[in-house]
Amino acid sequence: MSTFAPHQQKGRQPTSQRGRQSSPWSWRWGDRLVLFCAWTAGLGLCLVSAGIVIYMGYRGIEYLRPGLLFSRPAISTSQSQSGGFLDPLIGTVLLTLIGILLAGPLAVISAIWIAEYGRPSWLARVVESSIEIVAGTPDIVLALFGLSIFQLGLFAPLSFRSEAGGVFGRSFIAAGAMMSLIALPPLFAATREGLQAVPAHLREAAFALGKTRITTIRRVLLPSVRSNIATGVTLGVSRIIGDTAIVLLLLGETLHIEAQGSVPGLNVLRGTGSSLTSYVYDNSPAGEGAAPQKAYAAAFVLLLMVLALNLLVDRIGRSHQRSMGLSVPGGAI
Amino acid sequence: MTAPVQYPAAGLVPFSATGPASPTGGKRAGSAGPGSSSGARRFLASLFACLRNPWPDRRAERTLGGVSLLVSASVIAMIVFVGIRAWPIFAHNGISWLGPGGNLETEIGNMQATSVNPPAAAFHLRAWPLVYGTLLTSAIAVVLGLAIAVLSSIFIVELAPARLRKVVIPVIRLLASVPSVIYGLIGVLVLVPFVGNHLVTASEKASEQNVVELTGAGLGVAAVILTVMITPIMIALICEALIAAPTSWREGAVALGLNPLRAVLAVTLRGVRPAIVAAAVLATARALGEAVMIQMVSGGRSFEPNPAAGVVFFYEPLRTLASAIVDYHEGVGAPALKATLYAFAALLLFAACVLSIGGYLVKLPLRKYQTRG
Amino acid sequence: MSRDEMLLDPWNVTAVEQQDDPRADQSQTPPVEAPRALSIGGSQAPSAQSSEAPATQAPEVPPVRTIVLDRPPEPVAPPLRERNPLREPMRSTAGLERLRLDGVGIEYAGKPAVKSVSLSIHQGEVLALIGPSGCGKTTLLRTLNRLTELTPSAARAGEVLLDGEDIHELPDTTLRSRVAMVFQQPNPFPMSIFDNVAFALREQSRKRPRRRELEPLVIDALRRAGLYDEVRDDLDRPALRLSGGQQQRLCIARAIAPRPEVLLMDEPCSALDPISTGVIEQLIGELRRDLAVVIVTHNLAQAHRVADKVAFLYLGDLVEYGTTAEVFDEPRAQRTRDYVRGAFG
Repeated sequence: MSTFAPHQQKGRQPTSQRGRQSSPWSWRWGDRLVLFCAWTAGLGLCLVSAGIVIYMGYRGIEYLRPGLLFSRPAISTSQSQSGGFLDPLIGTVLLTLIGILLAGPLAVISAIWIAEYGRPSWLARVVESSIEIVAGTPDIVLALFGLSIFQLGLFAPLSFRSEAGGVFGRSFIAAGAMMSLIALPPLFAATREGLQAVPAHLREAAFALGKTRITTIRRVLLPSVRSNIATGVTLGVSRIIGDTAIVLLLLGETLHIEAQGSVPGLNVLRGTGSSLTSYVYDNSPAGEGAAPQKAYAAAFVLLLMVLALNLLVDRIGRSHQRSMGLSVPGGAI
Repeated sequence: MTAPVQYPAAGLVPFSATGPASPTGGKRAGSAGPGSSSGARRFLASLFACLRNPWPDRRAERTLGGVSLLVSASVIAMIVFVGIRAWPIFAHNGISWLGPGGNLETEIGNMQATSVNPPAAAFHLRAWPLVYGTLLTSAIAVVLGLAIAVLSSIFIVELAPARLRKVVIPVIRLLASVPSVIYGLIGVLVLVPFVGNHLVTASEKASEQNVVELTGAGLGVAAVILTVMITPIMIALICEALIAAPTSWREGAVALGLNPLRAVLAVTLRGVRPAIVAAAVLATARALGEAVMIQMVSGGRSFEPNPAAGVVFFYEPLRTLASAIVDYHEGVGAPALKATLYAFAALLLFAACVLSIGGYLVKLPLRKYQTRG
Repeated sequence: MSRDEMLLDPWNVTAVEQQDDPRADQSQTPPVEAPRALSIGGSQAPSAQSSEAPATQAPEVPPVRTIVLDRPPEPVAPPLRERNPLREPMRSTAGLERLRLDGVGIEYAGKPAVKSVSLSIHQGEVLALIGPSGCGKTTLLRTLNRLTELTPSAARAGEVLLDGEDIHELPDTTLRSRVAMVFQQPNPFPMSIFDNVAFALREQSRKRPRRRELEPLVIDALRRAGLYDEVRDDLDRPALRLSGGQQQRLCIARAIAPRPEVLLMDEPCSALDPISTGVIEQLIGELRRDLAVVIVTHNLAQAHRVADKVAFLYLGDLVEYGTTAEVFDEPRAQRTRDYVRGAFG
């Protein structure tokens, strides 16, 4: 005879008390060691990160004055007279613009070609491998390469000729061109990832309406990877901002922006200057200067820029996930 | 009854057919206006029409492919150029260019002193101190960094309270994108004086003073800062992989009676091995190529730190391939020195290529354990 | 009703409609019209209530049936067994009691998922938890090996005794080595087949057992799971290369390798094709000799094939519990009747 819900009693109120967990003392000693090391490493990491951030913040606030951002650097032995870092700041911005303007179309077009066409396949692999090689190349090697290219006679109009007749090879265009090689891999990777993540039915719907592939790319796919492109551009910008080696070798390292030639606009591009990173380098004990205060201030400005870019990447990522209907994974991030 | 719809002729529309506004149609339309028969205007109109109207697929594919090839052509040009410029050094020294022997500083001094046509002897080079310095700093940084990164990632994903996790992950990402010159600044303004004044004893300085001066800038500071520099990158990658690993593995392991830490170690960590390899490869590439930071904190002398010297080993200065390029880049006009610097760059490029191939090869056997079907 | 009428109108909607509406006061409300669409071809509607509606009227919407609890049992459809003459439900003799649930209740973030369930699970029999989606079956199953503790917002009440010991007093790792679980989606670890099955064995022993010692245990587990013949040639193949059914059998082998006392299965066949399902159902029949098996299933026919005892959960309440024959053929609760006949679910 089927018992009709037997032994059911009025339920008690549930409590969220957990049962007995196995304590680490009963684990194997290897696991206990890993537990201990993981805690040590984690806490050490937190301390070191906090230390770096707090120290740079402290020094930066100590030495950064708004006037520094807007006054041009001057040569002087005393700190109060040696001016600010307006020129290096402009140099950084100019380099970023040139780098992104060159890298942007190239990276996006390469990513589109790889993700959407990619025939013949050996050619696609060549392109992918070459971009991977660029990604893994040290920036100093790229800087030397830029030097070797831009010191050719062919590229004399892009910098200037010195008195002895040799091409100087160092200018904003030269440095900007190499910066674009630095920014290319992140932008390429982000765009390609975005294109691969677009679901197939979006493309199929467009094809079913009779659109050609290129029209689909222009009208359907590119708008949907806008946020990926934005993320890639932001990552590329943060890499350009942080690069020192290319600036040291390819920008001439003059204190002010020295324009070359007579065409307005182009003369700045052909000219030399400095960037925030080379300014920090020069003012540290490793460079010529003994002006650590200026170095700290400029480093703090750099840090703020990098922080702003990071927050921007986070924001873009979050709004993209919201627009795609996904939720940010809970708990971890 | 409505009029029948006009379909385009000949049945199926081929995939790469142009739309109703074909370029030729546009051109004709553009030039059909009365009085607009000047050649320049027609050319411009057709150009804009060409750009505005949908392209046939074949032309688009060729154009896009051409641009992509441009990118890879420039990369290949880079490899070729660096090799060509570096050739004189290889030609003169052969493979023993990498070997020990000889005083690097005098050799480079000889190179700098020559004029446009240097004698063959100026190309003599034994770059082992630089190679040794590069390997030493990178090896220490990568091994230490990988251990710390794996343990810290486990801490962040498994053991840390949620509030700490929310703070730490953005900070790690920030640290991973901090420019290297800032790390160098902290090193040269904080760590080097600390080591030089407080850690190096006077007797140690005296014991080395015939050979080299111990100022605190050396292997120790360089290795520590390099570790601090590459660890956030690895942590970010490994954390991402751990978070993205399927939770069903962890649940299955816990359901078999493992405690949560053991579940992560035994199952999830095995599953994210490709990500760990990728992180290690990326970090090694970064460590090998780090130029400016090392140049700021490593003491600027082409010296080979001697591990038999005990603790002093960590105080001895050194130079790496990349930092040597930064040190000597101003003299790049001298041909022998130019060839030398390009030789260093060629070696770094070769190492980067080997690393990426090696990483790919290491990941290959791991692949069969990964994707679900 | 004659057999023809039963075939044409197996639910006998017309008769039941007019009989059992205790709340309706038939003198006041207009008479319920027999829905013409359901009575095909001349079944006799009871005379008094059907009104002669002219053919030009709009078709009537059938009224909503009210489901009433606690009606006396009354078979209203042919029993399930008659519909599947080829399959006899498996029979076994129950052994000693392995798990006892006593007033178990679970809440997620304040919302009750399971309300006060008391059950007993014996070795040698298969208990099937049936019920519509979202009624607490999986939650109840996961409580039995304390996997609900992985969710931070879970709260529990009541007791669960494993061989007389309260499972909340045992360390959770010990409990889970005695109560194993197989999940809905096969989740083999990213290792070889051998490593998968030997996983729990390696983890539970203090020293590192060598492969020679593990091999017979692994082979035995694979045999009992019915997978050995298919993988015997290469046990070091990656487990993720197996097909879905094979992966699920691998997960079963992995779960039974450390000789647990109870095996919990959360809809193990829902992601599999019919042949794999059949193999696994046969497996369950063989496994229950050594273990107590609790299986959650959506598939009523599967429950009927596989289970010895059936517990029907509805919205967190245990509505009925009994042997398969009792619950499927002579269910006491009207709700159970409705569910096993397919009226809702």
